[in-house]
Amino acid sequence: MATQILMPALSPTMTEGTLTKWLVKEGDVIKAGDVIAEIETDKATMEVEAVDEGILSRILVPGGTENVAVNTPIGLITEEGEAASSAAAPAPKAVATPAAPQAAVAPAAPAASPAAVSAPPVSHGERVFATPLARRIARDKGLDLAQVQGSGPHGRIVKADVEAARPQAPAAAVPSGRTGAAVITPPVPSTPFAPGSAEFTAIPNDGMRRTVARRLSEAKATIPHYYLTVDCEIDNLLAMRKTLNEQVGGGTKISVNDMIVKALALALVKVPAANASWTDEAILRYAHADIAVAVAVEGGLITPIVRAAEVKGLATIAGETRDLAERARSRKLKPEEYQGGTFTVSNLGMFGVRQFAAVINPPHGGILAIGAGEQRPVVKNGALAVATVMTVTLSADHRVIDGAVGAGLLAAFKRLIEEPLTMLL
Amino acid sequence: MAERFDLIVLGSGPGGYVAAIRAAQLGMKAAVVEREALGGICLNWGCIPTKALLRSSEVHHLLQHAGDYGFEIGDITFDLARIVKRSRQVASQLSAGVKHLMKKNKITVVEGEGRLLGKGRLAVTRNDTTVELEAPHIIIATGARARTLPGLEPNGTSIITYREAMVPKTLPKRLLVVGSGAIGMEFASFYAQMGSKVTVVEALDRILPVEDEDISAFALKAFTRQGLKFHTAANLKRLSPEGTGVVAEIEAGGQSHRIEADQAILAVGIVGNVENIGLEALGVKVERSHIVVDEFSRTGVPGLYAIGDVTGPPWLAHKASHEGVVCVEKIAGVAGVHPLDTGNIPGCTYCLPQIASVGLTEAKARAAGHEVKVGRFPYLGNGKAIALGEPEGLVKTVFDAKTGALLGAHMIGAEVTEQIQGYAIARTLETTEAELMATVFPHPTLSETMHEAVLDAYGRAIHI
Repeated sequence: MATQILMPALSPTMTEGTLTKWLVKEGDVIKAGDVIAEIETDKATMEVEAVDEGILSRILVPGGTENVAVNTPIGLITEEGEAASSAAAPAPKAVATPAAPQAAVAPAAPAASPAAVSAPPVSHGERVFATPLARRIARDKGLDLAQVQGSGPHGRIVKADVEAARPQAPAAAVPSGRTGAAVITPPVPSTPFAPGSAEFTAIPNDGMRRTVARRLSEAKATIPHYYLTVDCEIDNLLAMRKTLNEQVGGGTKISVNDMIVKALALALVKVPAANASWTDEAILRYAHADIAVAVAVEGGLITPIVRAAEVKGLATIAGETRDLAERARSRKLKPEEYQGGTFTVSNLGMFGVRQFAAVINPPHGGILAIGAGEQRPVVKNGALAVATVMTVTLSADHRVIDGAVGAGLLAAFKRLIEEPLTMLL
Repeated sequence: MAERFDLIVLGSGPGGYVAAIRAAQLGMKAAVVEREALGGICLNWGCIPTKALLRSSEVHHLLQHAGDYGFEIGDITFDLARIVKRSRQVASQLSAGVKHLMKKNKITVVEGEGRLLGKGRLAVTRNDTTVELEAPHIIIATGARARTLPGLEPNGTSIITYREAMVPKTLPKRLLVVGSGAIGMEFASFYAQMGSKVTVVEALDRILPVEDEDISAFALKAFTRQGLKFHTAANLKRLSPEGTGVVAEIEAGGQSHRIEADQAILAVGIVGNVENIGLEALGVKVERSHIVVDEFSRTGVPGLYAIGDVTGPPWLAHKASHEGVVCVEKIAGVAGVHPLDTGNIPGCTYCLPQIASVGLTEAKARAAGHEVKVGRFPYLGNGKAIALGEPEGLVKTVFDAKTGALLGAHMIGAEVTEQIQGYAIARTLETTEAELMATVFPHPTLSETMHEAVLDAYGRAIHI
């Protein structure tokens, strides 16, 4: 008995779509969960997974067909060994489902994928109010409730809200659970930058990659960034570091970055308006400067946090940072070690980068991008001189940190860096 | 010189007076116009007085079964006049209560017939005296009345409507009820319990046609056991007075029947009171005797709204009240006002056994494309029902198999009208089967059947 594969509805409002292509051929053996076709709507491209197993005995709607109505039979599956029967009298059973829901449910699985960067922008550990039915529908649709605006009493999220909301399609486009190294279909053919016929290798997105992509897209799209750049002379700082490291002997050496973390934390204490996060209801001004340090790891980045860096000594900061970075690289950080934080430091100086502007890591109010310290000609008392100069660029969230506040923060930071002994004050 | 208000409500039924109170709470100067008694049909000629009558018939029923509970009672006699008098007293007590509420909320009550003169202007006439009122917002809440069909006109004696049926002088030996909706079945039940031989004629293929099919079937059996007769899918060809009584000719099941009765009650639906209130001149859209409104009761004419029965089904007092509140809050600009979700309005029929429901019937849920899970639990499996001597009842739940949404709940049996709000809350809060299952229902109560009916939908009922 052949079963029909029906054109699936990828969203509640979808009535028809384009069957972009088949990923299996007639005669192929299909297992439940195999991705068998791609379907495109005006909104997204989704993969279709088989629910039943058997042999794809016939393709009824060829790839590239546009305007295929939902529930139209697009193919037939027969059980193995069974003769491919005609299209007449197949069981009218939907055996295809859009792959999206499975993919979207995955992040809920405990410890399945290491989440990158810090906590979602609006959660902050606050309860999301939603009706049980809304929660269940959101889970099935792969919706993050934190991204849904509630229309019920006191902003409670109700069924109508989640039904109207759309899942974040890009994140959901690739099914999870695919562990093999198989080259899969291009994950973004729906977009204008389809790769065409060029050769490529597709690297499946893991949880960290997806989180990085989602959060940084969100940050760049929703946070009004502005940028301030300042040069800092660091000869005094380097001299002090040398002295300190001679004292610590065999202990953890203090890096320039550790001193930057300390200086930034102290600057944030001096300019508390900059140590803050935006929420729709209020600006949250933090009591401590929890400095997140961006660490590049294979396949992404992660930002472990030095908590209350303003009260910690340089040796403590150095020890903590090294430990956090090591465990970040082996992906052994606990969530509380990389979630939250109030400000970020991102340092690409070791690569010789002179200056760059970083993307804010929500919910932080800003990020300080550190360039390389290098000898440059400077003018001192009307004469040319040589100094070691480090260019830093502040990316600030204008909703929280106005230009003058951001400039004040940078000025305070520059003073601390150029006269590092003032860190002792 | 016209008196000015912030809001005028035409009609003081459960829609109108509640709207006026809500307006007063929100600081508006409100007026209510009423041509008869405060409280409208509901308090005076509907919900409340019928409940008083049905209470009497329930007491009668219990007295007749006193032996089951260990009592020896001689002949049971009753005085119909006193039963009716009690019903009228209840109605007037509550009408007086509404009067008090109007006073307490400083709402002006204007007695007389109201008629729109134009946008924001209303004339109220009483005994040839006319006063003019003005307000930027006017709510029409004129309600509805019994529908009459061509050739089926009531004559006030042998062919009557709810109005006369509520104040009987004598008990008809044989009663014909035309229509088996809530109104028809409540009167059928009252008169049957009091001793009339009752025949019910229904045009559709089952009684209580808006209820779930299982409930209709259960009710048919229960009433038939009580001695009521039913003709469903029946075409009433003729109904005419003959002597002191009536004769009806019906066609049902391919056969013609001639039914003789002392009296016939017409309960074939209701029509909105849209006449003579000046709607036409303002261009208010009226379709099939009901004012057409949007989800916030707006008529399309700025500043003119309509709520309750005059806007169409379901013709329920609590729907009218809720619409009145929503309409007024929208006018006042209260934040977060949501339109009434008609799917969450419970319906109750106070016959014996009682019937109550909320949401979709199983058939309607399936027709709407839902894959459903259905649970049923009989009163026979409930300890409290047995202890009460009320083992006749059924609770049915309909869930969406995919989301666990409670699509509908349907109940028949003792006190179900007091219980349905549990499911109504569940629907309004959008609970799924999981929360209902996790809710603790007290033992021993009839409400345990509600829990079991949820469990049964998922194959987990305990006492069946």
